[in-house]
Amino acid sequence: MPQMNMMQALTSAMDVKLAEDERVLAFGEDVGYFGGVFGVTRGLQEKYGSSRVFDAPINEGAIIAMAMGMATNGMRPIAEIQFADYIFPGFDQIISELTRIRYRSAGQYTAPVTIRTPCGGGIYGGQTHSMSPEAFFTHIPGLVVAMPSNPYDAKGLLISCIESDDPALFFEPKRLYNGPFDGDPNKPQSSWKDHPKGEVPEGNYTVPLGVADVVREGSDVTVVAYGTMVHVALAAAEAEGVDAEIIDLRTLIPYDIDTVARSVQKTGRCVILHEAPRTSGFGAELAAQIQEDCFYSLEAPIQRVTGWDTPYPHAHEWSYFPGQERVARALKKTVEFA
Amino acid sequence: MGKAEPRISVPAPAFRPGDTPGFSRLGLPRPGHHARPDILADAAEIRDLAFGLVGVLDEEANAVGDWAPGLSPEELRAGLKTMVLTREYDNRMLKMQRTKRLSFYMKSLGEEAVAVAATQALDAGDMLFPSYRQQGALIQRGAELVDMMCHCISNSRDNLKGRQLPVHYTRKDLNWFSVSGNLGTQFPQAVGWSMASALKGETAIACSWIGDGTTAEGDFHAAMTLASTYNAPVVLNVVNNQWAISMHNSISGGKAPSFAAKAIGYGIPGIRVDGNDYLAVAAVTRWAAERARGGGGPTLIESYTYRGEAHSTSDDPSKYRPKDEYEAWPLGDPVERLRAHLIKLGEWDGEQHEAWQAECKQAVADAWKEALTYGTLEEGPHAPVPTMFEDVFTAQPWHLRRQRQELGV
Repeated sequence: MPQMNMMQALTSAMDVKLAEDERVLAFGEDVGYFGGVFGVTRGLQEKYGSSRVFDAPINEGAIIAMAMGMATNGMRPIAEIQFADYIFPGFDQIISELTRIRYRSAGQYTAPVTIRTPCGGGIYGGQTHSMSPEAFFTHIPGLVVAMPSNPYDAKGLLISCIESDDPALFFEPKRLYNGPFDGDPNKPQSSWKDHPKGEVPEGNYTVPLGVADVVREGSDVTVVAYGTMVHVALAAAEAEGVDAEIIDLRTLIPYDIDTVARSVQKTGRCVILHEAPRTSGFGAELAAQIQEDCFYSLEAPIQRVTGWDTPYPHAHEWSYFPGQERVARALKKTVEFA
Repeated sequence: MGKAEPRISVPAPAFRPGDTPGFSRLGLPRPGHHARPDILADAAEIRDLAFGLVGVLDEEANAVGDWAPGLSPEELRAGLKTMVLTREYDNRMLKMQRTKRLSFYMKSLGEEAVAVAATQALDAGDMLFPSYRQQGALIQRGAELVDMMCHCISNSRDNLKGRQLPVHYTRKDLNWFSVSGNLGTQFPQAVGWSMASALKGETAIACSWIGDGTTAEGDFHAAMTLASTYNAPVVLNVVNNQWAISMHNSISGGKAPSFAAKAIGYGIPGIRVDGNDYLAVAAVTRWAAERARGGGGPTLIESYTYRGEAHSTSDDPSKYRPKDEYEAWPLGDPVERLRAHLIKLGEWDGEQHEAWQAECKQAVADAWKEALTYGTLEEGPHAPVPTMFEDVFTAQPWHLRRQRQELGV
């Protein structure tokens, strides 16, 4: 089985779809000749030509509107927004147009657009290259929201998004592009080489939307995480010696309530992790739904470990990032709560 | 002279309620003034069209000059008939709104040619990305009035299942996109649609309309940038009807010499046309469509017109502009001008016109009667309540299923 890092897995997903479906297009800022600022579309223009893989003007609203117009005319565009922090000029086209056209037209028009965008901190990106803005988008009716934590899922989920008839927003935790990251910035950069999830088949396969992955079975506490925080959770549970059941949500909308509820009903305890700010974050939604579905099983308050309600700072990145120590503390507190 | 210092200015219209309106300041060129360039003319060579006014019908109702589109009498009659029908439809719907049978309505009085002539000049397969005031285009495309009415009153036959407010039509079967309500969003979408058409090797183009006020939106710049960058086969229209609800077009236009002139910076042709001149709108649209189909890329057309009535049923124009400003509009009424032209050609007469008006009135009344048999806004029947939860996603996910169950439907 080929070994791929997350960037290569994502390139492979687009390569597969561009090859087998002529309706698929890929565009965005620096996406064409240069292959994207993170190199995720590298080689695709050369292979598929500049009418299928191309640069787009620096106007996120234009990029999303163009994708939507194309999608309503039979295409399946993959639009890259260079950083999730840059997506907001396109917010209106996403919230008012792309995600509503099926509803507004009573199914006459559909817009199967996939928006790819790198998110999350840990690369000294400061407040404009580090955001995890997923909660804004999980609040929008009609939008699939996904965030993988490893190369295998990244490729399979991205193909699922491209093949889906619904518009999808695909977040790529950029700190995981080159290797799993357990939250410790002092360790040397790890690699996806030799990681089981770095084994990525060459051809088409899918990871289904709406299905979570139990990445570690356990009985003491359920940890619900996605993206980079999955790796932080694994390391923290290991370090703290907590027998945690760790769930990688993979898809945020629609999220896999069955897997989450089953686990919390088993463990009776739950910690929710995300890198995004806490207030009105996706963790709030998860906590509310979990208490609705698992109230009689809960033996401790649901804890959230998240980024702070501040912009993502540059110098204090690692005080902002919800690292192993904070996660371990929450696990301990939750497990010991009587 | 005071000392020079920075100061801002907020534009104001020349006339407000109580003033005597007049438009002599416009200094518009006469019909027939402009030559019709080759359809693949270099945009840089035809910049004068962005500052002038393409007109065909002169004051004696003759078609004059290079731009005369050579429409057949049948085509002209069809256009006139559609405009009259649109006007009767609008009148009826406004009345129905006043008696609370509709929640809301928007008329197109004075702007009928902008929609109808342009649509007649396009192919049936070309996709229309309208704003909320191009109902004439929908009628020109063959929509049945009863269907339009059923949408406006959200009854059981509303093809949008009661999800959209009145006049926000969607008709894929007629290659009419979906009217949004967020201004200008359709402009860059139209560009994307047209690009997909070209990528597929198809000849269909896209045509979109926004208002003068909406040119201030980022989506205007988005559409122009995309269209210019990719040479998209799209016709982009700015309907300059002088008013954006209560704001005069100077609030969005600022110091711009015309809205068509905005095209110059993008390197695409900008043409200002007399929007109340059916022949001129048809001619300019046909030129732009031929150019797009011939690989020449996009055109920005400014249709110079006047909004004859309120923005919508929610505003009273006498509060912000002279009551008689419409009567003072120097470019006349599109229906009257085309009617006079057809009469001059000996292809129409007053009797026929009256008969057609009566026929339209009757057709509208009949359609309204029929529409009510499918339900009313207040009493229904509407689309079944559970349909509210459909079409959000392709398949209904668990959270929507639970919410539907919570509502008990």
